Amino acid sequence: MKLLLDSTRCQGYGLCQEPAPELIDLDEWGYAQVRATEVPRDGQDAALTAVAACPNSALRLVK
Amino acid sequence: MTGVFSLLPEGRPGLLVPAPGAAPGGSEDLARYLSVGGYAPLPAPDRLLDRIAEAGLRGRGGAGFPAAVKLRAVRDAPGGAVVVANGEEGEPGSVKDRWLLRHRPHVVLDGLRLAAAMTGAGRGCVYLSDTPAERAVRQALAERPPELPVDVVRTEHAYVAGEETAVVRRIDGGPALPTAKPPRPFESGVGGAPTLVANVETLARIALLHARPDAAGAVAGSHLVTLSGGGGRSGTGGAATLVEVPAGTHLKVLADLCRHGRSEAVLLGGLFGGLHGAGWTDLQLDHDRLRAAGGALGCGALHFLHPEDCPVSVATEATAYLAAQSARQCGVCVSGTGALARTLTAVAHGEADDDAADKLRRWSGQLPGRGACGLLDAAARIAATLLAHFPDRVDAHRRAACPACAGATPEDGRRFAVPVP
Repeated sequence: MKLLLDSTRCQGYGLCQEPAPELIDLDEWGYAQVRATEVPRDGQDAALTAVAACPNSALRLVK
Repeated sequence: MTGVFSLLPEGRPGLLVPAPGAAPGGSEDLARYLSVGGYAPLPAPDRLLDRIAEAGLRGRGGAGFPAAVKLRAVRDAPGGAVVVANGEEGEPGSVKDRWLLRHRPHVVLDGLRLAAAMTGAGRGCVYLSDTPAERAVRQALAERPPELPVDVVRTEHAYVAGEETAVVRRIDGGPALPTAKPPRPFESGVGGAPTLVANVETLARIALLHARPDAAGAVAGSHLVTLSGGGGRSGTGGAATLVEVPAGTHLKVLADLCRHGRSEAVLLGGLFGGLHGAGWTDLQLDHDRLRAAGGALGCGALHFLHPEDCPVSVATEATAYLAAQSARQCGVCVSGTGALARTLTAVAHGEADDDAADKLRRWSGQLPGRGACGLLDAAARIAATLLAHFPDRVDAHRRAACPACAGATPEDGRRFAVPVP
């Protein structure tokens, strides 16, 4: 699975990072940065939680 | 030397420049284009596609992506395809696309109908912002009605307006602003159809590959290059030279052509390929080699710095221009280009904090690839290459005022903008 960020939608809420610190960093302005697009098998629950946490639907998890 | 000419080896006429038989300032007309083999029938589109692949033609919009791979992706995607000739030249230092549309509209339209045949497209579009180019294209379409419906779509000129997803959005009636990828236009473009967005020079070279199979290597292996040099204290881009050259040409040869051989530095790829200092004369015009040198060929525009120019002020103006041209859709681009431009302005004016170079270095590593388009990457590369090639110059600005950097930083790109010859 791939974790994709639509940077035009990321408003820097930062809510995605806490459930998925291994997948997502926040930069010094608070915007999300996906650490590695390919999500390992044991990271998929965290990725789904991060996707659901974004108030602006900026994250997607796709095959 | 300024103007428009070819540097291809003797015995072989220029392929795209100058326009054959056209009156100065005029367009190549249909009769003339037909006489050089234009609009020849295409009984086997797949054979032309194979020729494009064998010749190794790469796209001329900036990314240098293999043209045959893109054509096949559009052909193989489900649904009726759309083909777009992209003539919106966003880089202020490039003139080749507008020149081609103004003076050789038929070779571009020929490439567009060939691309339609290869991809099975039933609709075409010419996308541009330049008024004289639009006039020439409309006249050419009236001279020879195309085999498929072709719309001419105008946009406002802007740095991001020629980015492929911005092109699709504008043709669909929206603003000419990029969207997040995926999907790319080959999957879902104009009206949701698989869409080929091809630079007008790429299409012109496809037309040449069809008309002149004997010259396939030269067609795919030559570039239209815009050369300009800083005007020093005048702060303008000066005159442009549009030249067609073989890939691999040394940049020193190009600089000598427009009398900038003693330049201290060169800005590559319009604003996309960064600043290059000592040793730039040994660089060669080639996507892969320039990438290996930390640069990029981009759209093939080269801006040589005037002896009175300071690389710091050039980098400052370039990033300020990019920050002003941000579509302001991606927060990271607004913050990132703003931080780069403000910090470089402070460096230029001798007002930077001690950690300015560290910050610039950090940002130029963190920011590439994070915006919906390449604008943020361009700004990051300018900062990265300034620090890589001119660390002492950057440092010297902390100790003594730099006369070239004094004054306001224009955000309108006037230092880089050149008129179409």
